[in-house]
Amino acid sequence: MLLTSADHVHTGPLTDVEVRRIRNDFPILGQEVNGNTLVYLDSGATSQKPVSVLEAEQEFYEQRNSAVHRGAHTLAVAATDVFEDARATVAAFIGAAENELVWTANATAGLNLIAYSFGNASVGEVAPEARQFAVGPGDEVLVTEMEHHANLIPWQELCRRTGATLKFIPIMDDGQLDMEAAAAAFTARTRVFSFTHVSNVTGVINPVVELARMAHDVGAMVVLDACQSAPHLGLDVKALDVDFAVFSGHKMLAPTGIGAVYGRAELLDAMPPFLTGGSMITTVTMDRAGYLPSPQRFEAGTQAISQAAAFAAAVNYLSETGMDRIHAWEAALGQRMVAGLEAIPGIRVLGPSAGTARAGLAAFEVDGVHAHDVGQFLDAAGVAVRVGHHCAQPLHRRLGLSASTRASAYLYNTTEEVDAFLAAVAGVRPYFGITGA
Amino acid sequence: MSALDSLYQQIILEQSKARTGADLPNDQLAGEHLPAGTGQCHQLNPVCGDEITLRVETSGDAGARTISGIHWAGDGCSISMASASILSELVVGLGAGEVQIMIDSFREVMRSRGKLQADEEVLGDAAALSGVSKFPARVKCAMLAWVAAEDALRQTA
Repeated sequence: MLLTSADHVHTGPLTDVEVRRIRNDFPILGQEVNGNTLVYLDSGATSQKPVSVLEAEQEFYEQRNSAVHRGAHTLAVAATDVFEDARATVAAFIGAAENELVWTANATAGLNLIAYSFGNASVGEVAPEARQFAVGPGDEVLVTEMEHHANLIPWQELCRRTGATLKFIPIMDDGQLDMEAAAAAFTARTRVFSFTHVSNVTGVINPVVELARMAHDVGAMVVLDACQSAPHLGLDVKALDVDFAVFSGHKMLAPTGIGAVYGRAELLDAMPPFLTGGSMITTVTMDRAGYLPSPQRFEAGTQAISQAAAFAAAVNYLSETGMDRIHAWEAALGQRMVAGLEAIPGIRVLGPSAGTARAGLAAFEVDGVHAHDVGQFLDAAGVAVRVGHHCAQPLHRRLGLSASTRASAYLYNTTEEVDAFLAAVAGVRPYFGITGA
Repeated sequence: MSALDSLYQQIILEQSKARTGADLPNDQLAGEHLPAGTGQCHQLNPVCGDEITLRVETSGDAGARTISGIHWAGDGCSISMASASILSELVVGLGAGEVQIMIDSFREVMRSRGKLQADEEVLGDAAALSGVSKFPARVKCAMLAWVAAEDALRQTA
């Protein structure tokens, strides 16, 4: 049972009792894996889904399924209402207006939408209002060294197509962004600054407001990759003062196939579209087409309607549980993980050490044992973690690694699960015959 | 034996540390100016970052070549490193045709999803890798060196 916002009497982290009740909403968590109770610590890759989200998708197909924004029949109207109500719900969840939220397949699709739209504003015939997005030779696109490949490669490609130069702000040994280097990195040539809110490897939480101000001071567009923050921190895109933000539904209790781009309304209405076709036009002749304002301008073709309905159910679940309390719970789990890992011989945690603020995840290296073998050993104990470079090869290279093992928590994880994970990790090096610290 | 123990047999853990044949110098990774009868191949598994550069040296006449040396450089999980080490021990001194038969046999076992047990007569110590085929996510780890060897061998023909 969930509390409505009016019932909120608790502050601070979720309690053990509440987390146990939350777990009952997630059917998948009750299963056994390899003879052990599943300990799911891979929510940074994708989250599990509560019953209310599964039911929202089923209910849509059983009672309202139809195309949206076309057709005059009753189901078409009902489906359009569901779709647009979902948009309003998800937009409100991050502090945006309805027309500032564009549906995409996921955060990767969102970042590509932005980068390709900027590209479309950079070549050929460009409307006057779209010129603010143009980049070309002499211009710089700035990212950071801790980016997920999804927030790196679209910008590499944009620069390759337009002749702009890609630059990055380096990180320090503890994974934090080098703020001195950041201050020097912004110049009058910086046109775009795209960066992650939370590192999916080190758990570093970047100072968004400070960085956005530095970027705006030189007139750059600010794009925030909120893929690892929207599920875990209460976001207010207006307070963060970013121009664009992207996130994925599947990492925040929603199904796969749905995500969103936030953009300031005046920017979205001025930006050229990326994907073109049906549902995003005003008048079409054989020569050319006019485009609808945002968000339809960026939603060509039939959209992920049932997933949008389920996405709204997901953010309702999160809101009713309380994002502040979820974040506080995860932060405590993250600290428990990091402190526990640091106490195991031969383990090196990537990113800030215990006691420093970080997201509820921990990537680590096991001396003498490859991450793939670590993950295999943990799986045999029922513990699901991510292994590999986590789509962040440059970050791993900077930290002197090709791969690591990552445990990432969410609102449904317990302290007992973190302890079971730590106990399993302690068994890794002995199993593989590695001794010494 | 648990599924995990069948994957990580003692011989695999030992071979992953022994790394027989892992002596290809860093300055020769590009594989330039290889003499006749020598082939070299780089393989990368982008999923996990496992990587190997493997050189096959042969002697003898075209059509009847014998493997005279295997040298490699690589980095990866215990399965990929053990597999490269075992391969290096197995094939030196064998004819190119025999090695190709081994590679084909090994690939068939790896792709069997646990249904086939390797024939020790054909695959020797590599039979210990049979357990990998029950873990589809790890098959590429085991195959990495063998795919590299197959390509390098083809270059020597």
